[in-house]
Amino acid sequence: MISVRQRSVLIAAVIFAILLLPPVMHALQARMAAQMLVQIPLLIAVGYLLRAAVPQRLAAAIAAWNLNGLSGLLLATFAAAFWMLPRSLDAAASEPLFTLAKFVSVPLLIGLPMGLSWPCMNFVVRGIFLLELIAMFFRLGWLYLISPIRLCNNYLLDDQQRTGQYMLMIGGAILLWVAIKLLWGHFDLSPDSQQVARLHTHDPHRPADR
Amino acid sequence: MSVLRTLAVSVSLIVLGLVTLAMATDHFQAFTSETARRVEVRQHPRPLPPVTLESQTGERFNLAGLQGKWLVVDFIYTRCVTLCSVLGGTFAQLQNQLATPLAQNRIQLLSISFDPERDTPAQLADYLYRFNNHGTGWLAARPLNAQGLDTLKHVFGVTVVPDNAGGYVHNDAIVIVDPAGRLVNILDSDTPAKSVGEIVLRYLNR
Repeated sequence: MISVRQRSVLIAAVIFAILLLPPVMHALQARMAAQMLVQIPLLIAVGYLLRAAVPQRLAAAIAAWNLNGLSGLLLATFAAAFWMLPRSLDAAASEPLFTLAKFVSVPLLIGLPMGLSWPCMNFVVRGIFLLELIAMFFRLGWLYLISPIRLCNNYLLDDQQRTGQYMLMIGGAILLWVAIKLLWGHFDLSPDSQQVARLHTHDPHRPADR
Repeated sequence: MSVLRTLAVSVSLIVLGLVTLAMATDHFQAFTSETARRVEVRQHPRPLPPVTLESQTGERFNLAGLQGKWLVVDFIYTRCVTLCSVLGGTFAQLQNQLATPLAQNRIQLLSISFDPERDTPAQLADYLYRFNNHGTGWLAARPLNAQGLDTLKHVFGVTVVPDNAGGYVHNDAIVIVDPAGRLVNILDSDTPAKSVGEIVLRYLNR
């Protein structure tokens, strides 16, 4: 019998282990689209799920320095900006030291801070984050699509253009989702205190420690 | 309290983040690894590696031993019909434009193959023949083993990726090496031959 929190950590560990398998790692890093839009997002998800492993007291201490999730959002933004540099992506595909740095820093400096901060964010902060996320997908997607030069020495031009197309599609999909949610969905105007509390207790909809 | 603490952490993170990004991009100059290798070479010229090469005539020589003259180096594979042809054409024009210093042995043109298994001396000679090489000052050569090739790729920062048509895509460029045997400049492969020639002559007359 495992709790919801243990299950999150277990799923994170399984995803991480699969991504570390040499054939999987090699396959995902051989294509720009796979590294940028599959491997790195999954590493972010691993970190996001790991929030369940943060002890309650530590999480409370962090929250005191993380009003509206702003500190965590900034940390994640800068770490993400670093891994969005074409030369970082290039190095992560061909230099083992950079690959290692990616596997450690993407979960811990992007996923985990987002996991701890998202529940603390209010409507405005979430809105700005989503807007910037959509804009980032459109800006970079457009750049990758029209750039006549290869941005990464390790990847072919058609791979780069395909990545650009996928990014425009992903940006469009997020935009559509936000639009649908704005029109028909429900938005909390205050930080989700219930969700913050739920982070550190068991899911109220399930019997504890089934 | 939480406001002030968050503000303090946020400001620190912004400073730390900007410093990190500045360091990661050579002060916001180099966002791609291709620009990075050019900035790096200009700021810290690298010595030629001691790799043994075999020329189109079968003659063997040490790359690091080619000192005392300016080298203009490119990386090719002879089956290439796209970018390497542009480079070949540029080198052919340079051969005419720089005829005098080439004849005086003050400049040397060197095309190195990164496909040494296929590019035998005969293939290399054929490559030069296709571009009307008239004998003076242009060598085509291949490394003798995989280790030599790896060293060359590492020092020159050459990345070769197989394309979908049985050939290769590579970050082709024109590398300038000074008489002390140091890589000092990397130019775009589509730089017009005239400009390349002018740049080399400027170095030569410095």
